[in-house]
Amino acid sequence: MTAKKNSGPVKWILIGISAVFLITMLILPLIYVMATAFKDGAASFWKAVSDEYAVKAVLLTLKVTGITLVFNTVFGLAAAWCITRFQFKGKKVISTLIDLPLTVSPIIAGLIYVLTYGRQSILAPYLKAAGIKIIFAVPGIVMATIFVTLPFVSREIIPVLTAQGTDEEEAAALMGAGGWRIFREITFPHIKWALLYGVVLCSARAMGEFGAVSVLSGHLRGKTNTMPLYIELLYQGYDFTGAFAVSALLVLMAVIILVLRSVLEQRGKGENDG
Amino acid sequence: MAENQSYVELRGVNKTFQDYQASKDIHFRIEKGKLVALLGPSGSGKTTILRMIAGLETADSGEILIDGRVVNDIPANKRGVGFVFQNYALFRYKTVYDNIAFGLRVNKWEKSKIRARVQEMIELVGLTGLEKRYPNQLSGGQRQRVAFARALAPNPELLLLDVLDEPFAAIDAKVRQELRSWLREMINKVGITSIFVTHDQDEAIEVADDIIITNHGRVEQIGNPVDIYRKPETTFVAEFMGHPTRVEHISRFKGFTGLAPELHAVIRPENVSITRKNEKIRYVISAEDGVVERVLFRGKEAEIWVRIHDILIQGTRKIEEAPIEEGEHVNIFIYRAYVSGEDEKIQIVENEVIAAENPVVI
Repeated sequence: MTAKKNSGPVKWILIGISAVFLITMLILPLIYVMATAFKDGAASFWKAVSDEYAVKAVLLTLKVTGITLVFNTVFGLAAAWCITRFQFKGKKVISTLIDLPLTVSPIIAGLIYVLTYGRQSILAPYLKAAGIKIIFAVPGIVMATIFVTLPFVSREIIPVLTAQGTDEEEAAALMGAGGWRIFREITFPHIKWALLYGVVLCSARAMGEFGAVSVLSGHLRGKTNTMPLYIELLYQGYDFTGAFAVSALLVLMAVIILVLRSVLEQRGKGENDG
Repeated sequence: MAENQSYVELRGVNKTFQDYQASKDIHFRIEKGKLVALLGPSGSGKTTILRMIAGLETADSGEILIDGRVVNDIPANKRGVGFVFQNYALFRYKTVYDNIAFGLRVNKWEKSKIRARVQEMIELVGLTGLEKRYPNQLSGGQRQRVAFARALAPNPELLLLDVLDEPFAAIDAKVRQELRSWLREMINKVGITSIFVTHDQDEAIEVADDIIITNHGRVEQIGNPVDIYRKPETTFVAEFMGHPTRVEHISRFKGFTGLAPELHAVIRPENVSITRKNEKIRYVISAEDGVVERVLFRGKEAEIWVRIHDILIQGTRKIEEAPIEEGEHVNIFIYRAYVSGEDEKIQIVENEVIAAENPVVI
């Protein structure tokens, strides 16, 4: 009874704190971004967004995100599979290494690649001879983004695969099913939603990555500027309307991804209950 | 292979997991058409044997033969074996129909044949009308039927069942009983050679044609249920089957005084007669005095624990007989003891009084 009596004020205090926190930290700034973007009217918003370099930045971001997704989905599946399905020495090490990008500052990730593939690296002459340019080019940006988003897919799938166990796969193998068929018909239905969820998180992170990409890109307008870098460039040049206009676009993309995420989550729940 | 009756044969099979030896020099033969139980306590290596026959584990040494062919290097799916997994391992995201059809599709059957075969299987196990259900929409018994149908659909020559083991222990006795009678009936109907794994002696005795008893990775004894029960060959089997009491220094007991003093034995309740002091008994000289410590009502009979020579011995008494009370002095007569020799071999010893009366050599 006392618990019920107390829950009234406690509940409202907690809700109040969360609301104030969200408003000051999230909602107010977002409103301000939108407001600034449209301060000079829709025409100047449109002008900023349809700027040649802005369009190129958006396209580059989409391209980098796409490549990162493909790579990290494949890698995430493979890593989750080998960690949950095989026993081998160094498994713990691999499992920990996968999480490394979450703990290492992105700027360090960028620097690592500059050191490894840059001009002072021992690999540099070979790369040059092969005509491969990584630093201050698109491949570098892709690598940095992949590094930063590496854990997202595998971390979503590993718990599901662990919970599923191996007996269904064993049963299928005993009946003579090959590896691909087992994956497609037995394993995939289990991890479908977790995989999609991981992909969504991964793409959201990939679009917004700034630190690592900033180190590697070289900030070549129209060539190696992704959206976050382009926004920074505009901002440094006191083009607030432009900066906030492109920001608004990036926020919009993130919101679309979030909506997609909750739709998928609902679907996933519905299927599990059914 | 007409001259060779054995359908499944293991010759000197060994299997070690890291530092644990799960199978030690396993030899046995199983005849075609028999239903055989691998019986033993948890960790006795029975499931490992089953999995090696299926091809889910590989033997370190020795030969496994199915239908006269050494199958050690033949992959699981080419051995013509159906396997029913311990927790069924049904495909959760497939319907009953697709579960049963899976093995057929993998083996590239024609579509029309698959449909006919799955329908036949569904009718056989009595699941008509549930084809479109998913496993989580079925009861435990229905799931077992699906697992059984799925294992049988591709027409295996040998059926391996891991299903009667541990998980069922949680199910109440009646359901378990129904499941095992159903399985027995199905296997008889299909007439397929089958091996199942269990730790429950009653189950093995009731269901199996032959029993293979395993302990610590070894085969202890092979035989039909009657022989296994009545003529245990090793100490382990004597102590595992029935509800025996272990007795040190069996020579302390009247009627067994001729045995070496260091020998120990097991005594089964059905070989013990407990009578009240005022009741007439046939072998008065060999009867001993004991004090009743506990009387447990067991429905059709009473289970009576009597202390004699500082040991509690279990016997039974029919409910119709005059009741015995706790604390009462009674006469005990032991008909037979299973005596362990030094090499852990069992010798069945009749009470000397009976042996003197009708000298039959066992």
